[in-house]
Amino acid sequence: MRTDSVVLTAAFGYLALLFVIAAWGDRRAEQGRSVIGSPTVYALSIAVYCTAWTFYGSVGRAAEFGPSFLLIYLGPTLAMLLAPLLIRKMVRIASTQRITSIADFISARYGKSSSLGALVALIALIGVTPYIALQLKAITLSHAVLVNYPATAEFRLADESFWSDKSFWVALVLAVFIILFGTRHLDASERHEGMVAAIAFESLIKLVAFLTVGVFVVFVLFNGPADLFRQVAERPELAGALSLDAVPGGAVGWVGTLLLAFLAFLTLPRQFQVLVVENVDERHLKRASWLFPLYLVAINLFVIPIAMAGLLLAGDGDPDSFVLTLPLAAGLEGIPLLVFIGGLSAATGMVIVETIALSTMVSNQLMMPLLLRSRRLHLSSQGELARWLLGIRRVAIVLILLLGYLYHALIGDSYSLVTIGLVSFVGVTQFAPAMLIGMYWRGATRVAATLGLLAGFATWCYTLLVPGFAQSGWIDASFLSEGPLGLGWLRPYALFGLEGFDIYSHALLWSLMANLGLLVGVSLFTRQSPVEQTQAALFTEAMNPGLQHTSLWRGQTTWGELQSLLNRYLGTLTTSRILADRRDAPTDGDPAPPALIARAEQALSGALGSASARVLINSVVRGEALDREAILSILDTTSQTLEYNRRLEQKSEELARIGEELRAANERLRELDRLKDEFVAMVSHELRTPLTSIRAFAEILRDSRDLPEEKRVHFLDVVVLESQRLSRLIEEILDLARLESGRLTLNPQRLDLVALTRQSVDAVHRLQEDRGVALEVDIPLDEAPVIGDPDRLEQVVINLLDNAGKFADDEAPCVRLHLARHKEGYRLSVEDNGPGIAADERERVFEKFHQIKRHGGSGKATGRPRGSGLGLPISRGIVAHLGGRLWVEEAPFLKGACLVMELPRAPDVV
Amino acid sequence: MNGATVRARLVALVCLAALLFSPPLVVVFDRSSTGSVSWLSLYLFAAWISTIALAAWLMERGQGDE
Repeated sequence: MRTDSVVLTAAFGYLALLFVIAAWGDRRAEQGRSVIGSPTVYALSIAVYCTAWTFYGSVGRAAEFGPSFLLIYLGPTLAMLLAPLLIRKMVRIASTQRITSIADFISARYGKSSSLGALVALIALIGVTPYIALQLKAITLSHAVLVNYPATAEFRLADESFWSDKSFWVALVLAVFIILFGTRHLDASERHEGMVAAIAFESLIKLVAFLTVGVFVVFVLFNGPADLFRQVAERPELAGALSLDAVPGGAVGWVGTLLLAFLAFLTLPRQFQVLVVENVDERHLKRASWLFPLYLVAINLFVIPIAMAGLLLAGDGDPDSFVLTLPLAAGLEGIPLLVFIGGLSAATGMVIVETIALSTMVSNQLMMPLLLRSRRLHLSSQGELARWLLGIRRVAIVLILLLGYLYHALIGDSYSLVTIGLVSFVGVTQFAPAMLIGMYWRGATRVAATLGLLAGFATWCYTLLVPGFAQSGWIDASFLSEGPLGLGWLRPYALFGLEGFDIYSHALLWSLMANLGLLVGVSLFTRQSPVEQTQAALFTEAMNPGLQHTSLWRGQTTWGELQSLLNRYLGTLTTSRILADRRDAPTDGDPAPPALIARAEQALSGALGSASARVLINSVVRGEALDREAILSILDTTSQTLEYNRRLEQKSEELARIGEELRAANERLRELDRLKDEFVAMVSHELRTPLTSIRAFAEILRDSRDLPEEKRVHFLDVVVLESQRLSRLIEEILDLARLESGRLTLNPQRLDLVALTRQSVDAVHRLQEDRGVALEVDIPLDEAPVIGDPDRLEQVVINLLDNAGKFADDEAPCVRLHLARHKEGYRLSVEDNGPGIAADERERVFEKFHQIKRHGGSGKATGRPRGSGLGLPISRGIVAHLGGRLWVEEAPFLKGACLVMELPRAPDVV
Repeated sequence: MNGATVRARLVALVCLAALLFSPPLVVVFDRSSTGSVSWLSLYLFAAWISTIALAAWLMERGQGDE
């Protein structure tokens, strides 16, 4: 079953399947029905981070160095959690500037510098080569283990000639595959939808394969995790395997590796490719920010169990191949093949994306600027550039893989899988300062970034890359132990005598220190060119909405020049798409609008990289193409404007509130004014009535001297009566005025409400009898102590009785007074047997001058005087001043109106 | 809930995660009772999964807010 032919068939079958998926994805993209427009696919494509190193190497590292392998995944977890802030900004920048790779990104940030772009591309090429070598090694090694087991897969590559070395053929097959798959057409945006679909599929395959072997080991070879770890604990030599003691460099190494993984995740060319360049929708980052970490958890879940099981069962075998050897040792056939395919998918996924990203960099950042500068590129016919670019990329792909093979053949044996990976990590981490600081600090300059990168790269070469050659025997080993020329303080693994670190934290510390120090330090002492200033502003303010819709272009060129430039480099089809928006057909001599120049440069950037695009645009545009002052002033003013806006908004809110208050106050004043007018009219009316009759009778008395005595007396009585009414009315008005202005002076004292009520009843008794009103008094109390002004309270009670008398039934008027204890006070109710007060009138009787219309007609009421309409408002005011209430309710006994006064009980005197 | 709140919570979550994954706490959990292996790996996985759960809650709840 495990013959070469079966394994090779499976491997090639798998590659063919990938190719079909990629082709399908590309075709769907051309039809506009993208298969990668989902956050889940996006998260799975990011999982290209998990390479053969994860698949085989994690187990090896866990077996050797305990839980430190997890740091390689915890770092990216932190980075991904920040994705909605950090990576979103990168995506935004990349889409507005048509960035195609991390080299393009850094070059664009520092003024579209082609030299910086070339440097980044070069460092990436050298830095990532070990990583590609690692994948080749993993594929070859896993194949050898699978085919040769149980014989050990010892193989010494350097001893054999390269054509008998499987890795060489693996590299070649992969190169052909990637050329077929990644460089089929030149997309202006450098998006590879088919590739992303295939990568997402590969992520699923490697996850399933790893989980399968994990479940097999834990639940078939052992009886669950508890059994496994009990057996581990019984072996004294394994007891410390999972503790911090096993981690190289201890706590410092721990933090160093965490930081390393965090930064490398953002700066690895393939991660940049899938995270930023292949992102189709910024909103996918939200879901991916937790889905991808979840993937990492899943794929790492069984690493420790497999490593421990390997140490228990296989003992001294190569820990990197435990994933394969454990199921093989159990005599299985299917699972090892699945594992091999899983590892193959992890390795090919990485190699595909990494190689495509690197080849884009090589063609756009290294080759194109050279060709453009040397004027060797004679593009005579349309579309020739695309052929050039594809050609360069294809050659680059082959060269990159051969470089990977070379590294593998030269020093691949001296390091384990993870070790090789970490060397690359430290290498690409050198991009982090230039990239991340460039995104947030406008002052970082091109010179500083270049120097920082060079210093960091040199340090990395000296502390990690070169020692690798020494360990493989290509350089004298004394270089490591004694230092070059016997200079002990220059030992690569203990630079300047710094010892006690693991080699990666050591290299990371020195290289980042040099890199960051130069970047910041030199930036503070150098000046930016105009283009740099503009680009720096565009990068740091990428999330500023003010930049989105502003035309920043000013240079001048003609329609014809622009068209011929685009035609030459992008072909007629793309050109007509870019220039399509003009309604009227322009002539070649017409000036091209600024927005069009911007679109043209972006289109060129997508194909050639920003530095080359700038060179080309500047070759046809006269004057500064980008309006630098306009953009800088926009950026400087926007932050100020935002602040002003905020303050203005506050002020206007305040004003609106004050306006509302004023309006309400004005409304109230108007209402009061209206009430005052009404009041004055009422008062005048009320005063005029008695005054008119007084005047009339007085005039009769004056003019008619021969009036009978009897009549004279009657008239004089009327005058006196009306005068009394007048003075009473004036008294009441004065009371009311005092009450309303709060100047009413009361003389509160403790008094007995029972006595006061009886006194009041006595006072009105005669009068009521005269009017024929039957007065019934019911006071079942001996004493009712309250606090009040006796005169005023008496006034209230008399008023209530008087009122009741007035409104009682005409035929047999009857009034009933009742005083009783109610809760913490006393209630005095006065009811009559009149028509009562309708429910909606009950509150209105307390309004000034309100008089109830009597149903019986005014004629019958002559025997009893009308009220002034002020008695109840005054009474209510007095009662309220004494802390009580006065209201109208249904009469319980006599079925007429019932006025109730409630006063609180006076506190007991001690 | 506006964007600034989500952003502040996210930054706080990343700080928390960085703290959970780093030495002082990691050393605290690097213990083993007699007859068992170190708790460190279990702790790391637990911290890791809780962080992701919090992030998922934060991200999915704020869906469509921006």
